[in-house]
Amino acid sequence: MVVVLVVTIIALGGGGGSSINIIGSNTVTPLSSVWAEEFMKTHPDVSIAVSGPGSGVGIAALINGTADICQASRKIKQSEIDQAEVNGVEPYEIQVATDALSVVVHPSNPVSELTIAQLSAIYTGQITNWNEVGGNDVEIVAIARDTNSGTHVFFKEHVVQMKGLTTEDKSLEYGGDVLMLPSTEEGVSQVASNPNAIFYPGLGYVTEEVKPLAIKQMADSTGVLPSVQTALDGTYPIARPLLFYTDGEPSDVIKDFIDYCLSSEGQDKVIEVGYVPLE
Amino acid sequence: MLGKTSPTTAESGEALRRRWRLGEKLIESWIFLAGILTIVVLLGIIALLLKEGLPAFWYTSPWEFLFGTKWYPVSEPPTFGITSFFVATLWVTLVATAISVPIGVACAAYLAEVAPAKVRETVKPIIEILAGIPSVVMGFIGLMLLSPLVQSAFNLNTGLCGLTAGIMLSLMSLPIIISVSEDALRAVPDDFREASYALGATKWETIRHVCIPGALSGITAAVMLGVGRAIGETMTVLMIAGGALAVPVSPTDPMMPMTAAIASGIGNAVRGGLQYQALFAIGLILFVITLAVNLIADRVLERQKRKFAR
Repeated sequence: MVVVLVVTIIALGGGGGSSINIIGSNTVTPLSSVWAEEFMKTHPDVSIAVSGPGSGVGIAALINGTADICQASRKIKQSEIDQAEVNGVEPYEIQVATDALSVVVHPSNPVSELTIAQLSAIYTGQITNWNEVGGNDVEIVAIARDTNSGTHVFFKEHVVQMKGLTTEDKSLEYGGDVLMLPSTEEGVSQVASNPNAIFYPGLGYVTEEVKPLAIKQMADSTGVLPSVQTALDGTYPIARPLLFYTDGEPSDVIKDFIDYCLSSEGQDKVIEVGYVPLE
Repeated sequence: MLGKTSPTTAESGEALRRRWRLGEKLIESWIFLAGILTIVVLLGIIALLLKEGLPAFWYTSPWEFLFGTKWYPVSEPPTFGITSFFVATLWVTLVATAISVPIGVACAAYLAEVAPAKVRETVKPIIEILAGIPSVVMGFIGLMLLSPLVQSAFNLNTGLCGLTAGIMLSLMSLPIIISVSEDALRAVPDDFREASYALGATKWETIRHVCIPGALSGITAAVMLGVGRAIGETMTVLMIAGGALAVPVSPTDPMMPMTAAIASGIGNAVRGGLQYQALFAIGLILFVITLAVNLIADRVLERQKRKFAR
């Protein structure tokens, strides 16, 4: 018994095995998981754990020192950087991919495009019926992620509050009737089963069972569907960076892993998972 | 004392007794420590909740916190008002209790009073297995099976609502209510039943007027345990209650009970931050609620007992 224990400890400690703990965005999770699997195939002595409770959780974990890499679908806030400094952590940002944040509805929904302002009105509760945006006379079931999610925060800033538009209003908040769900998968499956629902998953989560909407920056601009091309050429209005944060510049195994993610091989995986590579 | 009796046997007997007494002392103090430990843990939890939760009331006044309807923890500046969570918890618990208590007590009465021993011995373990189903599995079942049913049955916009969560919670508190009530009913002495039959009462009259009143303290305890389970359950309500921030006016609205609000926010709350404190304050209020439920139950029980003594 004791011998087994000792052997295990030696095997774990002395065998050169190392582990990387990745915590954060639910959006980035499918991508990180594929990268981790591929990396572990070529580096059998490295074990990588990926979990995706939300960007906020990942950043909190980085600040509290329980994550090696924080994956995030939003930028770190100033208040979080301050908090990290207090704890002696120095967040270092690396963009690993891009996401076209998609807005999806049920395939039977006749609506095919919305402006940012209309989306804002839907999510603040000013528009509550699909017929106000050219759809059927049914109530809109607006679905969002909970506050753990980076997507929740990104969508609030860039769509609900219309960041960068002339109509930007920082006092706007999600309406009280918006459903806040704990995972992206649950939101997509709700839209797939509910003809009146609308939700905003990352491009990698868009399935055949839901219909992505074309997004119009302004009422007079043309609608653009989310895709790798439209995100790369910058025409899709709500594209966003997917980020890794480490404590200081990455080194050793963590550097090897991130270098792999950024390599052409790693970036090919980005397309496979459904997100947008860096170039 | 030693000198008078035969030295060898008396000495060993004395030693044995002393060792025996020492062993007893040890066990006694161990039991005492075990008893104290629960109290220490409880006091520790209260202290932690107070320490982490109370500072929230320096940022938001208790009045605003309890009766505010806006909860925007990640906005600048954040707003904390928990009325909607509180009302959501009430709705979900109400639905769960309204379903599980009548069914649970009836089932317990059947098992204890009517069912043949063979049926009881097969059914009771099965019911207890129901109690062992993890709450995330219940949430999944609610998500996949129950919510579409509720949506079409009540013609709702979405099946993710307090009613769905309440129904799933009632399934989770049923085994507790059945199991504890059945034990209480079986503890009613047979003399009572025989006396009742001797007076010409039917089986139903005996159950209704003798067995259930006789076991009322146990049944009340069972109901309280069930209510406690419903108030405290987190994963299931997080998955299927809908998570809307508006104050729910009907059980068919999507809603976010207090436990779900804590669970969905604690992950990204930085330790010691405002949101962290506000979530602990919700925990503190939840604790006060369960404490109040227990105290009221105690009162009811005592009054009931006094009535019986007469």
